[in-house]
Amino acid sequence: MPLLEVNDVHAYYGNIHALKGVSLTVEKGEIVTLIGGNGAGKTTTLRTITGLMKPRDGHVIFDNEDVSKYPAHAWVSRGIAMVPEGRGVFAKLSVEENLELGAFHRNDKENIKDDIEKSYEMFPRLGERRTQLAGTMSGGEQQMLAVTRALMSKPRLLLMDEPSMGLAPVLVDVIFEAIERINQEGMTVLLVEQNAHMALQIANRGYVLQTGQIVLTDKADVLQKDPTVQKAYLGIE
Amino acid sequence: MNEELRGTIKTGLIAGVVTLSLGMIGILVAFNKRFIVTDAVTLADLLLFGMAVIAGYLGASSLKEHSMGRRLLHGGLAGMLAAVPTFLLILLTLVWEGIRDSFINVEPALVSLLTLDNENVVVGGILLIVVFGVLGLVGVGYAQLPVRFRRPISMSLAWTIGSGVMSDILIGILRPRMSNDTLRSLFGSTGLQPVPFVVLFVLLTAVFFWWQQGGQTRYQTLRQNFTPRQQKSSRRVSISLLVIFLLILPSLLGVYLSEIFNEIGRFVLMGLGLNIAIGLAGLLDLGYVTNFAVGAYIMALLTSSSQFGPENPWSFWLAVPICVVAAMFTGFILALPVLKMRGDYLAIATLGFGEIIRVLARSDALKPVIGGAQGILQIPAAQIGGFMAQVMGYILNPINNLLSRFELGILATNSNGDIVFGNPPQLYYLFILASLLMLFISRRLNNSRTGRRWMAIREDEDVAAAMGINTTNAKVLAFTLSAASGGLAGAIFAAKLGSIFPSSFELLISINVLALIIVGGLGSIPGVIVGAFALVGIPQLLSEFAEFRLLLYGIALIGMMLVRPEGLWPSEVHRREIHSHGEDETAVPVSVKP
Repeated sequence: MPLLEVNDVHAYYGNIHALKGVSLTVEKGEIVTLIGGNGAGKTTTLRTITGLMKPRDGHVIFDNEDVSKYPAHAWVSRGIAMVPEGRGVFAKLSVEENLELGAFHRNDKENIKDDIEKSYEMFPRLGERRTQLAGTMSGGEQQMLAVTRALMSKPRLLLMDEPSMGLAPVLVDVIFEAIERINQEGMTVLLVEQNAHMALQIANRGYVLQTGQIVLTDKADVLQKDPTVQKAYLGIE
Repeated sequence: MNEELRGTIKTGLIAGVVTLSLGMIGILVAFNKRFIVTDAVTLADLLLFGMAVIAGYLGASSLKEHSMGRRLLHGGLAGMLAAVPTFLLILLTLVWEGIRDSFINVEPALVSLLTLDNENVVVGGILLIVVFGVLGLVGVGYAQLPVRFRRPISMSLAWTIGSGVMSDILIGILRPRMSNDTLRSLFGSTGLQPVPFVVLFVLLTAVFFWWQQGGQTRYQTLRQNFTPRQQKSSRRVSISLLVIFLLILPSLLGVYLSEIFNEIGRFVLMGLGLNIAIGLAGLLDLGYVTNFAVGAYIMALLTSSSQFGPENPWSFWLAVPICVVAAMFTGFILALPVLKMRGDYLAIATLGFGEIIRVLARSDALKPVIGGAQGILQIPAAQIGGFMAQVMGYILNPINNLLSRFELGILATNSNGDIVFGNPPQLYYLFILASLLMLFISRRLNNSRTGRRWMAIREDEDVAAAMGINTTNAKVLAFTLSAASGGLAGAIFAAKLGSIFPSSFELLISINVLALIIVGGLGSIPGVIVGAFALVGIPQLLSEFAEFRLLLYGIALIGMMLVRPEGLWPSEVHRREIHSHGEDETAVPVSVKP
């Protein structure tokens, strides 16, 4: 049984048919990436999975439970965490306060402190800036914060929306290395990326989304060698 | 023309235009009746001549590295220029007979003020320019002083002038405790007498200077060397002193000032409530008067002995919880339709709701129920009777006997043995009790899980939802709790006045409450109190201000946004937000290996 199963999901923006029957699965312990161009429906798929958008048709099944009926905030306690696009840190709160809010639904106070310390171990940069306002940090630091904050909720599935967006290449490497490491510690990750080259390097499997439909799916290393993927998303002629 | 000269001319003329406007809108003449130093300096003089000193100060401080002579020259020039626009006004009155038809405030009193009471207005005007020039030099001199002198001098000047302006209050407090002759030697009809003014100024300067030159550090080291037990007891002593002070305050202040305190208390209550919605949860509610009106009307409907009240009117104490609950229910109802709205749209929707309530209160349709424009009369004052009053009498009467030796007292039983909250000093206890209760609740909320939830929503609603926060519930809760305090204020307000009319529930109340929160500091609980004193207390104390109240609100708000956008007593988060920009923005690329 997969951890997450998206089953023939249709979603609309008004009259625009944004998702035309998207189906995908994520097994426990995998990194699965969803790649595609602008407007392919990547973010819409994620919004549907996290309950920010209701699918008109189809189901999202997480851990044997149909979760499409729940409102957005209820998903966190069920074990789904999201790193929003454009990072979405609380700009006016400090790094530490951001992390504390990430653990908002948890009740084990003493462990939260430990987990915050663990976040600082993962990104020492954050530890140095724990009292600094999140909004005054660089883009890379904010992305680190967004990732660790999502982990603070102790999720079983981590959804990431374009973690490489707007970051310098050196920072993209740092973030992707971190994703790999989080995954090695047992976290299941669904990664939505435009940077197909990086995403396919760390992922186990990949889906290619085009105008609201999955057009291709395979192991990541196979996709990397696929001529159409190479031409369309990897810039290799 | 060189750059600096142009700057100085600009400074001087701006000061001049400000002076001119102060005169043309009538502030100068209105303020000329209040003496700061008896028979010598009025509040208008202070504004007028203060402008010249400020012009001189600014004119000189813009050129730091120049010689003393140049700076004096610039300061004097700026001071003189500050008088030029008013001089032109004086010339204009000579050639334009009917100027008062167009500018009603250009009255003889203003002209004589601006010409230093000279019979020949042209000579007087020129004299004013000269005086302004000299005062500009004073401003330069002040700018020349080292900071360690400047600080104590400006502090003590502010306090001395403050005591002069507020001499009414001081007289009110001191009159029962001092012989008439002593009082006469200290104060005139308004303002301090010249000698006490100078003495006070010198004394305060010395104290502030000592405090700055080591007193403060000595005091701090003394506090630091306290053992934990000493710290605890010193805390206990200061808290009990504060409580005693708050308890005897109305007898110290007298009826008039107690009433002003009650007005402040009413706005503190509303401010604390609105602060939950705006300051904590970031929901811009412009219809806060709704909750206040609901509290007041429910109180009236339950306790009035007129035809609108029930057959057996309720007691105040039973009605208060109902008023609070009713206001919370209104807040809840209001929250439901506007939940999806954000920012400006929310503000407009709540604004509309506030107006609906006012129109309903005034309407003929509801007249049989809530009295329409005639309002509801015969609302009894809150009182404690029977056994409770007897018990309290046993406690209060001996204290009062003791305090009466010092011309002081606290709440007392009347001849029937009841405790009535009828006059301002008695109502004060009601307001202080309610305010302290709401302060406590606000503080607890602020530091609670709910408070954190609101904080997250205020910062970013979508991300808050992604953190697992139920934003809908949190927003409804914010509106509901925010309304409670307004309902409480309304209930006490109705019992205080004894009658309520729709005109008491104007939009202006919502605006006032909003303004005091902003001036105090958004989201800050002490800020609400400071803001209420500044925006409600001061205009009430200085009756001259009343006419210019809205103007002063505007000036205060603009000034705050420019000089102290975080408010007079900002909350921690807000202060950091305003002052952290620009620091650490140039973050270096990360070289730390993960």
